[in-house]
Amino acid sequence: MAADPAPDEVLARVHHDEWARVVATVARRFGDLDIAEDATAEAFATAVERWRTDGVPPNPGAWLTTTAGNKALDRVRRESRRDAKQQQAHMLTDQLGGPPEPTGAVEDDRLRLLFTCAHPALAMEARVALTLRMVGGLTVAEIAHAFFVQETTMAQRITRAKAKIKANGIPWRVPAAADLPARIDGVLAVLYLVFNEGYLASGGDAEPVRADLTNEAIRLTRLVRTLLPDDGEVAGLLALMLLTEARRATRVSAAGELVTLDQQDRGAWDRALVAEGHALVRERLASGRPPGRYQVLAAINAVHTDAADARDTDWSQVVELYDQLARLDASPVVALNRAVAVAEVDGPHVGLAQVDALAPLLDGYHAFHAARADLLRRLGRSSDARAAYDRAIELAGNAAESAYLTRRRGELG
Amino acid sequence: MHYLLTVIGDTDNPADDAAPGAIDAFNDRLKDEGRWVFGGGLTDPQDATVTDSRNGEPVFTDGPFVESKEFLAGFWVVTADDLDAALALSVDASRACHRKVELRPFGGVA
Repeated sequence: MAADPAPDEVLARVHHDEWARVVATVARRFGDLDIAEDATAEAFATAVERWRTDGVPPNPGAWLTTTAGNKALDRVRRESRRDAKQQQAHMLTDQLGGPPEPTGAVEDDRLRLLFTCAHPALAMEARVALTLRMVGGLTVAEIAHAFFVQETTMAQRITRAKAKIKANGIPWRVPAAADLPARIDGVLAVLYLVFNEGYLASGGDAEPVRADLTNEAIRLTRLVRTLLPDDGEVAGLLALMLLTEARRATRVSAAGELVTLDQQDRGAWDRALVAEGHALVRERLASGRPPGRYQVLAAINAVHTDAADARDTDWSQVVELYDQLARLDASPVVALNRAVAVAEVDGPHVGLAQVDALAPLLDGYHAFHAARADLLRRLGRSSDARAAYDRAIELAGNAAESAYLTRRRGELG
Repeated sequence: MHYLLTVIGDTDNPADDAAPGAIDAFNDRLKDEGRWVFGGGLTDPQDATVTDSRNGEPVFTDGPFVESKEFLAGFWVVTADDLDAALALSVDASRACHRKVELRPFGGVA
């Protein structure tokens, strides 16, 4: 076989494209996520050595799946020799799992993997870690870095999650139709959390926007969309991420300060992402099916990204969409965002009254105080605004946001 | 697989609002579906006796092993194909006895 000119590039691409498929196939065959993870990692490590010298095989995905399967079998045999009883159990599992199924079932394997990693019996932080590791193919070190925890802590978190899956008999299958919407919602919640962690990084010393996480979340959501093309909420979440990501470059100034939507350079938004997001929102509207939360959030973002100038924003449509959202999600944060939109339509007095009514629920939330501060400023109540900025700055976890709020406070008369 | 459904009692919140007959109905269903292994409600935690015979002569201590606001009020042992099936039972168990229910798999059964 002729040596490939750029096996490293191929490896990076194949890692993106094939990791989840290989993990999922081995996990089904051996009924064990731990074995699947290790075998897949070993197969990729072997590929790094082998492909550099021998060149890239004609079907890299199949090569990796076969190699990972052999690694898994080696491990099972090695462990079985130590424990004859275990051998029977493993042979049984392997028989039940059978040989790799032809294509078609493979797509389902990745879906099964997603549902297993985002199982509701696992803690949210475990679901996130497991999804990024098993489906995303991130290393434990990368995930640990992303969430500011020690690598050993993250390794333990993943190990514990895998142990719980095994001990509890978390099933390796796509949930029953009746449970499917709730379970899909669980998968989407994991991906949205990863995206938001990237978009508004919570660590005080962190980069304010972390493209590695937003891109990973988008990549995985695209995968879910491929696997569940007819699900409205999957399309909605993807649209929401794309329309948010489109504004990423304009969201933080050169000085490291948050730039609010009305101040962003709209010409610098990523037009391709906006167009793709808008197309998804239109597709959902055309479906005539009642939208879920993510679809409404995407629609709100579509209204914003549709305006060539912030002054052209159709705020009454935004308020209507927030009304719709409030019926699906009666959370005080939704009410806060609605009140901010109301202020644009009916004036800051009306908006402030609605914001103030949320004080008992949102006093510990920086965005509540930031919204109040802005409305008070517009009403000329400088000393009240200053106190609200103080609270918002105190509670803000993001460096760019603190910098923005501090400047606004300094500009008060 | 075998799973243990533990009924969690709460001294601050006695569950006298469980619908009459709800637990019996749930038990009957478990038996009809072939999931029943064993189950029952326990008397007050103060009725407990802790035995320690690790050092030869047994030592009996009156009262529960740990004093806490939450206590073991009863349990079911059931069979289920997988965690999703067991979780579905725990949802109905919690409704029937009107208490929190902890679900745990058995590591093995004798």
